[in-house]
Amino acid sequence: MVQAPRRVVLVGNPNTGKSTLFGVLSGMTVRTGNYAGVTIEKKIGQIAHEEFPIELVDLPGTYSLSPRSPDEWVTVKVITGDAVGEAAPDLIVCVVNATLLRRNLFLVSQLLELGCPVVLALNMIDSARSRGMLIDCDKLTQNLGVPVVAISASKREGIDLLRSEIVKALSHGRTIEPAHPLPEAFYDMRDSLAAKLSVIASTKSGNPTLPNRYLVERALLDVGGEAERSIVRMLGDAANPEITATREELARLVGAPNDIECESRYAWSRQMLAGVLGDTGNTPHHVTEWLDSVLTHRVFGLVIFAAFMMLIFQCIYAWSGIPMDGIETIQGWISGAVESVLEPGVLRSLIVDGMIAGVGGVLIFVPQIALLFLFLALLEDCGYMARAAFLVDRVMSFFGLSGKSFLPLMSSFACAVPGVMAARVIENPRDRLATIFVAPFMSCSARLPVYLLLITAFVPATRILGGWVSLSGLVLLAMYMVGVLVAIPTAWMLKRTLLRGEAAPLVLELPEYKWPDPRVVAVRVYDASKAFVIRAGTLIFSASILIWAAGYLPGDHTRQHELQALIETADESAAPQVAIWTKELKNESGKLLENSLLGRLGHAIEPVVKPLGWDWRIGVGAIASFPAREVIIATLGTVYSLGGDVDEEDEGLIDALRASTWPDGSPVYNVPVALSIMVFFALCAQCVSTLLVMKRETNSWRWPIFSFVYMTTLAYIGALLTYQIGIRL
Amino acid sequence: MVTLDMLLPGQSAEIVRVSGVDGIAIRLREMGFIPGEGVRLLRLAPLGDPLKCMIQGCRIAIRNREARRVEVVPQ
Repeated sequence: MVQAPRRVVLVGNPNTGKSTLFGVLSGMTVRTGNYAGVTIEKKIGQIAHEEFPIELVDLPGTYSLSPRSPDEWVTVKVITGDAVGEAAPDLIVCVVNATLLRRNLFLVSQLLELGCPVVLALNMIDSARSRGMLIDCDKLTQNLGVPVVAISASKREGIDLLRSEIVKALSHGRTIEPAHPLPEAFYDMRDSLAAKLSVIASTKSGNPTLPNRYLVERALLDVGGEAERSIVRMLGDAANPEITATREELARLVGAPNDIECESRYAWSRQMLAGVLGDTGNTPHHVTEWLDSVLTHRVFGLVIFAAFMMLIFQCIYAWSGIPMDGIETIQGWISGAVESVLEPGVLRSLIVDGMIAGVGGVLIFVPQIALLFLFLALLEDCGYMARAAFLVDRVMSFFGLSGKSFLPLMSSFACAVPGVMAARVIENPRDRLATIFVAPFMSCSARLPVYLLLITAFVPATRILGGWVSLSGLVLLAMYMVGVLVAIPTAWMLKRTLLRGEAAPLVLELPEYKWPDPRVVAVRVYDASKAFVIRAGTLIFSASILIWAAGYLPGDHTRQHELQALIETADESAAPQVAIWTKELKNESGKLLENSLLGRLGHAIEPVVKPLGWDWRIGVGAIASFPAREVIIATLGTVYSLGGDVDEEDEGLIDALRASTWPDGSPVYNVPVALSIMVFFALCAQCVSTLLVMKRETNSWRWPIFSFVYMTTLAYIGALLTYQIGIRL
Repeated sequence: MVTLDMLLPGQSAEIVRVSGVDGIAIRLREMGFIPGEGVRLLRLAPLGDPLKCMIQGCRIAIRNREARRVEVVPQ
């Protein structure tokens, strides 16, 4: 008979090695998802056991069960068993950092008040040992009344014992006697408030749910917190005066709410540790001291940080090149294989130009994303990320962002998709939103081919400053700066209008440095890549097919297919004839494109883009590149009758651009036009993947839509100004 | 009245109280900034803000604004 699954929640302070432990206990059996209405991820794994299935729920690290945001509230509700749609936990496993026992017991004191069985996992015991700390686990077990298991998740020490304690606790299935760390008067007041609230509830129509004991406690202790708000939501404004009155009476009896909570809990903590900690003192972690003196040095700290960032950026750029070329090569092989099997025709074009090009468009991103997350995971796990936030916080706050925004924004220079995802580390929702909104302004690597093409074609290859600096390089840098310079006032404005609110405080723990755990890192990289491929991938793929269709239909492609067939089946002796056919094919392809839906659309919007200096072909390219920016190169290639597979280094396209003219004969492209195109691409929201990821990370369509409208408008204005001013200079 | 942000790098002090009843005050107390605890200011960030201190064996970074709420007696 299959037994019902038992539920175990994994709780603990941040930086206690919870993720590592979660990975060790649940292996690869992790399921992810979302809790309704919040951005924290649901992570559930399975602990292997013959008698009954055990579910392990990983929750975000927290210092206290006093919730101050919707995210924290959901975490607390899952622990207390009040989360909608979530089963109540049968066991709480609290992970504690053995080297910071006193502070960690604050949370433990709150957990022990709930009445749910608890098992304490005393993690990082190896670290404590090497620093000469002696901890008597048996005495601690005795004092607390719950099993305490010393473990080292990273060294896989004590895990079996922990597992058996978990199973033992689940098998007993008892609830435990709740602890009372706070003064008795507090619990009396809590009960009296609960009674008064249930009276209010009974007078309300609609049979409202009664706030549970825990909610009432938190309402008493957290002035103006989520619990209070929650109760008022449930029972109406009549609850307010009751809560305030009870608080005042409590204050008269024992003192101000926060004071009594902290003092009582830390006093309890001291009691629990009686006879537990050996008297050998606390030698500091030498490696951390030494590393910090270098890495957070007042002068060199920032320099080293900048060097690290540049190094990472360079590496991602350089190393993702090879896999990306590899993917393009494979794409070429597959296209070639399909071409050799199918005759030229609609189906073949759909598969090769639509589907294969589409899938390739998605997979191109994966190496960058994987590499980026690899670096992020390594930096986060080893402990450096907190130091980075510490170093740049001042600069970031000035612009309305948080110190933790730096890395997501930095990542967005490679690709905004993982950059936006990386903003999860920012707990303050307003700072996180501001960071997500501003991330796409960091010129991503997809814009680079566009910049390179136009700069090579139209920026004179002069050198300035005595030959040290090339004008082309300078223009490239300028394009990157355009994004940044627009992002800064945007963030600043956002923080003063839509995202206005109390500045989030920074109280950041800087954990001790440690070697990153390979399993934790691998899981993070895998999760991020998989999430990307599945979610954004379905859309880029569909969009590419739509673009293909718009560029293919309507139109009679018989001559085009005829020519393709002729060229492919011709033998070497017919070389001059093949050249003629090839030329005709290119012309035919170009004409078909012009008459297609996409082409007609391009002509239709020509009046709109003419003030920017663009002709219909550029307009078509810009539209086609809305799903993904690089599409413009391929589109321009086709449009200029060169066929679809054109790289930015292809001399043909560059010459074609230079030679392109308006109907009256004047050249389309000049420096101001090229600049206006680049500025447009620098500022425009042309990446469906980013918009999709934005939707997922902000849980609403509002932000991606706002971003799209805002950025596209800015791009248009920017391009307009660039061109209009440019031609007058 | 001496507050945490007034200490010099390397200086130790004992906490007298943390002023305020809002979320920031609660957060500070949860992290261990309670009366009677010893705190040592380790260093300042390159631009002077935030500051890094050692409390209950843990390194914590807080901004000057938050540090001003922590009243201390220098040792």
